[in-house]
Amino acid sequence: MTANLLSIADLGAEGIEELLRLTDSFVEVSERRIPKVPTLRGRTVVSLFYEESTRTRLSFEAAAKRLSADTMNFSVATASVTKGESLRDTVVTLEAMGVDAVIVRHASAGVPWQVARWVDASVVNAGDGCHEHPTQALLDCYTLRQRLGSLVDRRIAIVGDVKHSRVARSDVLAYTALGAHVTLVAPPTLLPPSLEGWPVEVSHDLDAVLPKVDAVEVLRMQKERQTEALVPSLREYTATYGLTRDRARLLGDDAVILHPGPMNRGVEIAAEVADQPRSVVTRQVANGVAVRMAVLFLLLASGAAP
Amino acid sequence: MIGELLVQGGTVVDPTGTRRADILVVDGVVAAVGEAISAPAGARVLDAGGCLVAPGLVDLHAHLRQPGMEEAETLESGSRAAALGGYTAVVAMPNTDPPVDCASVVRDVLELAATACCDVHPAGAITQGRAGTRLAPMAEMAALGVRLFTDDGAGVQDSGVMRRALEYASGLGVTLAQHCEDAGLAAGAHLHEGAWSSWLGIPGMPAEAEELMLARDLALCRLTGAAMHFLHLSTAGSVALVRSAKAGGLRVTAEAAPHHFTLTAACAASYDSVFKVNPPLRDDADVQAVKAGLGDGTLDAIATDHAPHPQEAKEAPFDQAPPGMLGLETALSLALAELQLPVEEVLALLSWGPAAIAGLEHEHGGPLTEGRPANACVIDPSASWVVEPERLASRSRNTPYAGRRLTGRVRHTLLRGEPVVVDGEAQR
Repeated sequence: MTANLLSIADLGAEGIEELLRLTDSFVEVSERRIPKVPTLRGRTVVSLFYEESTRTRLSFEAAAKRLSADTMNFSVATASVTKGESLRDTVVTLEAMGVDAVIVRHASAGVPWQVARWVDASVVNAGDGCHEHPTQALLDCYTLRQRLGSLVDRRIAIVGDVKHSRVARSDVLAYTALGAHVTLVAPPTLLPPSLEGWPVEVSHDLDAVLPKVDAVEVLRMQKERQTEALVPSLREYTATYGLTRDRARLLGDDAVILHPGPMNRGVEIAAEVADQPRSVVTRQVANGVAVRMAVLFLLLASGAAP
Repeated sequence: MIGELLVQGGTVVDPTGTRRADILVVDGVVAAVGEAISAPAGARVLDAGGCLVAPGLVDLHAHLRQPGMEEAETLESGSRAAALGGYTAVVAMPNTDPPVDCASVVRDVLELAATACCDVHPAGAITQGRAGTRLAPMAEMAALGVRLFTDDGAGVQDSGVMRRALEYASGLGVTLAQHCEDAGLAAGAHLHEGAWSSWLGIPGMPAEAEELMLARDLALCRLTGAAMHFLHLSTAGSVALVRSAKAGGLRVTAEAAPHHFTLTAACAASYDSVFKVNPPLRDDADVQAVKAGLGDGTLDAIATDHAPHPQEAKEAPFDQAPPGMLGLETALSLALAELQLPVEEVLALLSWGPAAIAGLEHEHGGPLTEGRPANACVIDPSASWVVEPERLASRSRNTPYAGRRLTGRVRHTLLRGEPVVVDGEAQR
């Protein structure tokens, strides 16, 4: 594994497997009465979040703290970017304070790659624009494996705004690396203009896809997509691509529902569907901490897993 | 420069052909061309052994950033880069701050041009403020010598405005040049729309954004009978449109930039904004079509679209960084190496082709014969060099070819007989 986690593509199937194995031991740590190990004592992890995010930032922070790393937080509202400091100056300044890992979230695609060129510390992509969100994909894989066992030849539908989804891009890479078959389900305006090279099938008929899948991942539908005229209205979107109560009945008995959060209940997913036992949304969040512990451990620690 | 100068031992390549010849320059004018001219007493001798001696190159498309963006480039630094690249004349784009959209700004640029290392001819804006709505005072700018008008950086979106501009310009004997980009299709885009933009999660502009405006303008040329020039064409579809327009007898010319025949959208995979440019880097099929267009006469000129930006601007996130890349110091080498065309054809695309489009053929790009102004460059076609951004003469460093080994380099450049570049070193 490289010193950074920028893309799922950096890991490949073996790297993903290794991280998922490691995650098992950190799930065990998280279940202890005192869920903390001294593995990263004396190491410093800084969160550099240029975009609002509560859950991902807190998840990384919890992961770092459970590994006994020192944590620092840099978020855009409080920081010197509002004084006009450039991204590079900020990053170089942070590194000068002595950090071992930088967790980067930015609304622009590619920023973690830029940061990685400027610093020696390990860089973890915590979501870059509409590009990738590798730790989300890892926790999705981990959660699915808990429910489904192996992902080989499993069928997974990713439904919704794939065009603007970093989760979808990372998930497509991760699921297919682990042997699953992925179908993207969305109106053409919410798909990327070109899917050349994507190992996926595409459908515009959610009702036809749902009975065939082992898991359906519902993407968040941003309200702005309506003003951009990518869909005529959210009501029409819900009617055609929402996981409504009636549609959820088309799923097989063992099929699983994922959502990267935060959910727009009543838009892409009906409230009561989100609360069904087949929905693993809360489990995703819990696993997120363990997966991020595994990532930080792999990047920063030397020695055996606890 | 007053005095005598002998360019000795080279092979002259100009619109009249190729032959072994020395060139004697007296008072800035070619005084004699012959196989073995002996240097008059006191004459300076420039060695051209093993080199090509060509008319100075002419760039139809450079952003020299003055007035207003001097942190990126000035006429002084940009013209020095041009001279080092073999250019003796450069058309400076009008998207400065303020834009070149009236006589007073033209005068400002001409004043700065007086001390530049090559001739700098400002292009004027087609519309006031480059806003695309009201015509700029083209007649008063034309009276100061402006021959090319463009809103480059943006296309004139309104078809009615563009029609009026073409009609008005045809009465002045000037040429309008279009940056073909349909604003609706290109909205929010930072890359070529295709496999790479889709994967990288960055909005792209489809090839059709360029082709749509080009097709519209070809229709307007038919309607108005006006001549027109098309800037930095980058797609296979654009090359095909110009090819059929020329076959149909329209008076149109077109240029392509070196990066559009040497680089593809795949370069952006690293999110290094040095590869962000407008029009964006396209696909391999487009690169091949641009090369073919340059080879078969569809495209008339190679133009650099030299677009300097300070490092801090280019270090912004990809979708916030300004588009543009340096070009003046690398264009010739890239054209010689990548086009697989005879050197005469490469020089036609870099020198006498663009000179004619810019209306500069009496000064630049002409045959190196007795009585002509001595605007020339001496090219060592076998010189091998590595592009080092910090050693370029531009004030900016945004070359996409950093670290790349190129073959063929300018050794000397003469501006009206003055050696402004000698042995690869700028003399002023």
